[in-house]
Amino acid sequence: MEISDLIVLIYVLVLASYLGFELISKVPPTLHTPLMSGSNAISGITIVGALIACNELGFTSTSKWLGMAALVLATINVVGGYAVTDRMLKMFKKK
Amino acid sequence: MTTGIQLAYLLASVLFILGIKFLGKTKDARKGNVLSAVGMLIAIVATLVTLEVLTFLEIFACILLGTIVGLYYAYKVEMTKIPEMVALFNGFGGLASFAVALSDYYLKSETNPTALDAINLSSILVSLLIGGVTFTGSMVAYLKLDGKVSGQPITFKGQHFLNLLLLIAFIAASVAVFIDPSQLTFLMVVVVISLLLGILTVIPIGGADMPVVISLLNSYSGMAACATGFILNNNVLIVAGSLVGASGIILTQIMCKAMNRSLTNVLLGGFGQTASGPGVDGPAVVIKEIGVEETAMLVDAASSIIVVPGYGMAVAQAQHVIRELMELCEKRNINFRFAIHPVAGRMPGHMNVLLAEANISYDKLLEMDEINEEFATTDLVFVVGANDVVNPAARTNPQSPIFGMPILNADKAKTVIVSKRSMGKGYAGIENELFGYPNCLMLFGDAKQTITKVVGELKEMS
Repeated sequence: MEISDLIVLIYVLVLASYLGFELISKVPPTLHTPLMSGSNAISGITIVGALIACNELGFTSTSKWLGMAALVLATINVVGGYAVTDRMLKMFKKK
Repeated sequence: MTTGIQLAYLLASVLFILGIKFLGKTKDARKGNVLSAVGMLIAIVATLVTLEVLTFLEIFACILLGTIVGLYYAYKVEMTKIPEMVALFNGFGGLASFAVALSDYYLKSETNPTALDAINLSSILVSLLIGGVTFTGSMVAYLKLDGKVSGQPITFKGQHFLNLLLLIAFIAASVAVFIDPSQLTFLMVVVVISLLLGILTVIPIGGADMPVVISLLNSYSGMAACATGFILNNNVLIVAGSLVGASGIILTQIMCKAMNRSLTNVLLGGFGQTASGPGVDGPAVVIKEIGVEETAMLVDAASSIIVVPGYGMAVAQAQHVIRELMELCEKRNINFRFAIHPVAGRMPGHMNVLLAEANISYDKLLEMDEINEEFATTDLVFVVGANDVVNPAARTNPQSPIFGMPILNADKAKTVIVSKRSMGKGYAGIENELFGYPNCLMLFGDAKQTITKVVGELKEMS
């Protein structure tokens, strides 16, 4: 990787972090548990990396097995995270 | 990579941001979660398109397996067990990032060793460290929350020294990996140390501090995803990862503030252990008991009631019968509200979810700052399964380990009824001065059973 690529990535990291701080400070305490499980699902974005790692032909390489394990784990994280968050948010009602 | 794919990743990033923005309003929150999930789907599909999926069968099998396990757990889990689930899923996310980093290392060292340049290697090492710590740390947190491991802090002599040694060893092994990336042994040292550090940093932290720990690990899981983004030169991982990282850090700060403790203090651990030693308890409190009939009479006579729920309420599954009580009170035109302390429950916002599950309208749930002034003008406060968050020692007793922690001023109300199983201590392991106050009455017994009886009495009265 070139140093210029790295700089772009760091830019994205810093700006997204600031944005994250701004947005999340506005989430009311009532929703902190769904926020946590929902953001937990978002952290499952590593599924993208898992898919790439998994996409090797043949079952001989260690990298493929690790990729497949990562894919299963990340999918549990993503699907379970979004599903349980939805289940919780459904319960928040105002009468 | 084609422009189309990059644009798809950009769209996914925007949807994640919008999803979190929508969480800012309770009525839009569900929509926000759907947007975020759509973003994830777009990112996954875009990735599959770039890969031209050489190995459709394996990928499909892995996704199917993960989906089944994820859905099964998400729909089966009880709301009291959400902190355990979040801890477990955090761990899975961390392990996934860890495995991706390791996989990338293997792939490059076998096929294209020159790709393992300094930037790539550093990203891999950071990813292994954060991913490993997130994984084992979350597993320990899960075991503690689930009661499979004692919630007591586990400390031993030289603990911090050991952590320091491991950190130095980590740096040394990392340098060795840099010098010769083909040396698998050093990479394995890095792997083992990362996993060990996760265990060692969480075991000294006591059960009462678990809300802080899960928040922090949540943040780590985001940072692990970020580090993976640096390995793969992929922006969507970095955007999503930083959002989660920021979220976890904010929640950690809120939790620390609510307990009046610094993050360092929580991480160094041992809280609750030092407090329960002999001599710290002070004079024994003289308490007054109350029965269900008298409780019902007090409720009937009140014009305003505030319920202070704690984790004990959830354990007794008393939230549904409290809703019945609320309905009866509202028929009598009694102003009935809930006061939620930020650290009530086992994770941020946990109490709100449990009460929402019992079909209690969220506008009845008030935060500490909103309601603390109103206790003084309230007739009756009902403390159900909460303890440390209403302990006036936090205001009055500089010797108390919770001194300085912001508390709910339940003691200021005309009458306080504390529903409690027995005279056991709170999670922090300290005596509660409130129980000895002249306006405080103890209603002993299982919260669900006693409140059911109170509800029965009230029904007869009307």
